Formats: sequence, C-alpha cells, structure tokens
Amino acid sequence: MLVEQAMTRDVICVSPDTSIEEALAITTANRIRHLPVVCNEQLVGIISDRDLRNAMPSCLVQEQTAALKDTPVSSIMKSDVITAHPLDFVEDAANFLYQKRIGCLPVVSCGKLVGIITERDILHTLVEMMGVSSPTSRVEVQVPDRPGMLAEIADLLRARKINVASVMVFPGPTEGQKTIVFRLKTMDPRRFVYDVQNAGYQVVQPPVIG
Amino acid sequence: MKNQVAFVYSQSFLRYKFGEDHPFNPKRLQITWDLMQKLGLLDASYLVEPRPASLDELLRVHHPDFVHAVQKASQLPPDTDPPVIGFGLGTEDTPIFPNMHEASSLIVGGTILAAELVMSGQVEHALNLAGGLHHARHKEASGFCVYNDIGAAIAYIRERYNARVLYLDTDAHHGDGVQWLFYDDPDVLTISFHETGKYLYPGTGDVEERGDGRGYGYSLNIPLEPFTEDDSWIAALESVLPHVFHKFKPDVVISQNGCDAHQYDPLTHLSATTRLYREIPKMVHQLAHEVCEGRWIAVGGGGYDIWRVVPRAWTMLWAELSGQPLPDELPQSWLDRWQPEAPVALPTTFVDPPDLFPPIPRRAEIEEKNRITVRRALLGTPFLL
Repeated sequence: MLVEQAMTRDVICVSPDTSIEEALAITTANRIRHLPVVCNEQLVGIISDRDLRNAMPSCLVQEQTAALKDTPVSSIMKSDVITAHPLDFVEDAANFLYQKRIGCLPVVSCGKLVGIITERDILHTLVEMMGVSSPTSRVEVQVPDRPGMLAEIADLLRARKINVASVMVFPGPTEGQKTIVFRLKTMDPRRFVYDVQNAGYQVVQPPVIG
Repeated sequence: MKNQVAFVYSQSFLRYKFGEDHPFNPKRLQITWDLMQKLGLLDASYLVEPRPASLDELLRVHHPDFVHAVQKASQLPPDTDPPVIGFGLGTEDTPIFPNMHEASSLIVGGTILAAELVMSGQVEHALNLAGGLHHARHKEASGFCVYNDIGAAIAYIRERYNARVLYLDTDAHHGDGVQWLFYDDPDVLTISFHETGKYLYPGTGDVEERGDGRGYGYSLNIPLEPFTEDDSWIAALESVLPHVFHKFKPDVVISQNGCDAHQYDPLTHLSATTRLYREIPKMVHQLAHEVCEGRWIAVGGGGYDIWRVVPRAWTMLWAELSGQPLPDELPQSWLDRWQPEAPVALPTTFVDPPDLFPPIPRRAEIEEKNRITVRRALLGTPFLL
C-alpha cells in the first residue's frame, strides 16, 4: 500500500507568522499533535504540540504571556523536516517514524504539501490490513520455517473454497517455526482445521473445549 | 384477545437449506416441532402461517443490488462459480440453493408477521424459530444468513409504529448484522452477549462498539470469555438487563435466541448448559411485562448441536413464552422416534444435570474477566447515567 492511500489529505496547517498562542489553540481544538508550517503552498517547517508547550511559561508562574501572542511559530519551528512522498510504501513510512522517533511525516509532491501521515494513520492502515473490519474467523497455524508452507496451507483453503480476508506470517514461538494467522470468511472453520491437522501441522487457535 | 401467544411456523421453513453437509440444518426445526407436539404444547390456536416478505419490506434494510443478486442466484445451478455472484453468495457459508430468495423471504415475512401481531395488540408474545438471521448485512449475505429478518422486523416497527425497540441477542456469535443496521439509531438499542470475537466469527462485538452519531451509546456489547459457564453468563445478564430495560424503556423487545453457547455446540467455545436457556427467556419475559406491556417478539438463531441442545432449548423458550408448564423429563415417545436417527445419545431431561461437565480449569479468572467486561460496557453507556 502506498502512502497516498493511507495519508490524511485535509491537512491543518499554519503560516510562519501565526502566533504561538493561535497555533496552540488550533492543536487543542482539532485534537492534533503536529502542524506543518506552509508558505505559498511550500512546506517550510513543522511544529509539534511539544514545541508549543516548551514555549509556554510554567503554569506555576503567574506571569502574563504576552510573548505568546507576539511571537510567530517561525521562531520555534523545525525547518529541516523529514517528509514522505505519496508513492512511498506505507511500511517504509512506518519504518521512518520508528527509526527517527517522530510522530508524523508531511507528504510532499512537486514541492507542495499534499498530505500528512501520522502514527495513527499507520495504525489504522494496519488494523484494516489485518482484516479486522470484515466478518471473519481467526485461525492460527504453526508450521516449520521452510519454503512452500504458505502455499501448502493455502491449497487446503482452495480445496474447501474458503475465502481469506487476510494472512499474516510471524516468527513462531520456537526456533525453526512460523505462525500463520488467517482471517477466514467463514463461520465454520472446523473442516479447515481438520484438514490442517490431517496434513500434520499444528493449529494453535481457535481454542479447544476441555 | 390479550394473553394470546402466536407460534409462526410453516413446513416450508425447512426449505432454507444450504445442503446436507452444511452445519445450518433446518432439520433442527422439525425435531423441535416434534418435541413440542409430543408434549402437547402446540395447540392449533397458537399456530400462524407465515407469509413471504414483500420486496419493499426487504428493501427497508437491504440494498436493491443485493436483493436482485439473491433473486438471480435463486435461479442459478448450484455449482455456479462463486465470483460470478458476489455479495457473499455462493461461498462456503452461504452456498446458493434453488429458490433461496423465496425460502429466505418467507423467514423474513414470518418475523415481520410476529412483529405485526404483537404491535397491533393481537397477541402479547410471538415466536418465529426459523428467524434470527442476525449476520446478514445491508449488501452482503454472511454467516449462514441471507436476509436479515430481525432488521426487517425492526425497520417495520420503526416505520409503522415509531416505537422504541430493544433488541437482545444471546447467540454465541456477535449480532453484528443487526447492530450495523441500526448503529446510528438512538431508538433501537442493540444488546449482544456473545463469545469474544478473538477467535470466533464474526470477530466483532467489542465493548467499545457503542454506536455512532446520535446512536452513540445505543449499541451494547458484552463479549464473554471462551469457556464461560452458566453462573457467569447468568450473572452478566442479571447485571445488565434489568438496569438497561428500565432506563431505556422500550415499547417492545425482540430477543434472538441462538443456543450455540452450550458446551456441546461444535462451532463455539462457550461452556453453558441448558440451564441458561431456561433462565434467559424467564428474565426477558419478566422484563417485557415490567417495561413494555408484555410486547415480546422472539426468534431463533444459531444452534448447531441439533440433537441434544436445540430441541430442548427452544422448547423451554416456547414453554416460557406461552406460559405452559414443562415436565422435567423428555417424553419417551420423542426419544424413541429420534434416537435411532441421532448420532449421539439423546439427553432425557430438559435441564442438564449440574455435574454434566467437569469444571472449567480457569473458572475464577474467566468469571473475573467477564465481570470486568460487564462493568466496562455499562460505564461507557451515557443513557444509563
């Protein structure tokens, strides 16, 4: 999946001369954590709610905060912004967020800001990819970690005419094992479970009564 | 005519059949019908013949394209390639069969008729055991369900009577289809008690599915742990139902009475006995009289141990609904009739003995987890405050 399929397109932005106070109000009202700073459609910086809070005086001090009204976000924004391209893979964007320890990537195309992808967008995409949103039965199968296993189990599904909503393959609990998690479009996974066991593989879930 | 009760039934209900090897076997209706007959519970005055639902009645809850696809599938040969049809039809769960539109429409018509009889005051309670097809979605057949008879009946009640409906689903599978149809409607409260979707179809029914928009808070879900037994089940029902009925004050209650939470059921992982299926209708009956002047429509639902569980559970439901006493034991004539055909030994009493199954090893943890789930569900429900 590409970034352009997972990103938010209606990006809430500020301009470099927006005051810190106003920017803070925008993040609070929209319940967002990042504001790209845009000038003539060009991305010039980014500011996070943490940057904004750092600019606030301590809540223990009774001082007036006139400076918050007068200071533009350009004075505290980060201008070396890490961005993504609409045609990047979502998993690469996710890896970037993780490696750089950041919460979002503005998406830039032909020099213009066209979207933003955040940790939340990635999580939502992941939830969708895992097939959670369609009616399914979840079956976990443990197989040896060697080529052809997925195809072998998939053959059993084909024979039963069972459609798959999603498949995930994880390293198994023990060395040399893999766990395949299927979300199957059937209310009755028993015959598939039986086929898998008959073929000599272990079904870890669903649970067995007793 | 008050105090009258209706039993909606037709032999044609048995035509809703996906094939010999399919777990959804209409024979369960026939076996149950025979048990009720042998006990003398089906006086002719109770019986009402269903009529098929009209196209308009189906279109209140289903997309026209989907209904047309079902009509078309009804005429196709059974071995037609599934991708040709789509809409969840021709799959392992809902294979196509000749006249599936007609068979499904009759079940929908039966549940709407039950609603009509109750809402017009002709009877207090009505039962359609062939109904309860709670997984069917707006534009998709799902989980053995083609058309959503419950949704169609609720839509009928909403349109004709503008009444507030409480829908209670105690099938082991989440009542997802009905929930999604009325997810944003604050006048339809859907409550589903089911095995958690962690490993059971359809995977939904989390506590946090609470409704949307104006309907926020009007979807209640109690996902129970696998291996939940009677006591914990009943405790959960008792903690939720009286409170919710009295606060929501529905005009009518519709209960879906799937009986697949029994330990014998092959498709689920709950560990109830038939004691649960004596208690649920008793509770609903009492609350229907306390809160909605007795208006109670009951439908069947899941139940895949067709020999040992379904006939007893649904006979207990009908006895409660019609106020007729039940003996402790099943009639010998029924056992003699069906035992030769049954692949398992038939039970001889309605309520399972308490020591039928060994205690579940992690009972204490399961009960605790269920209590926490109930608390979480109730805490996030604004209209209860």
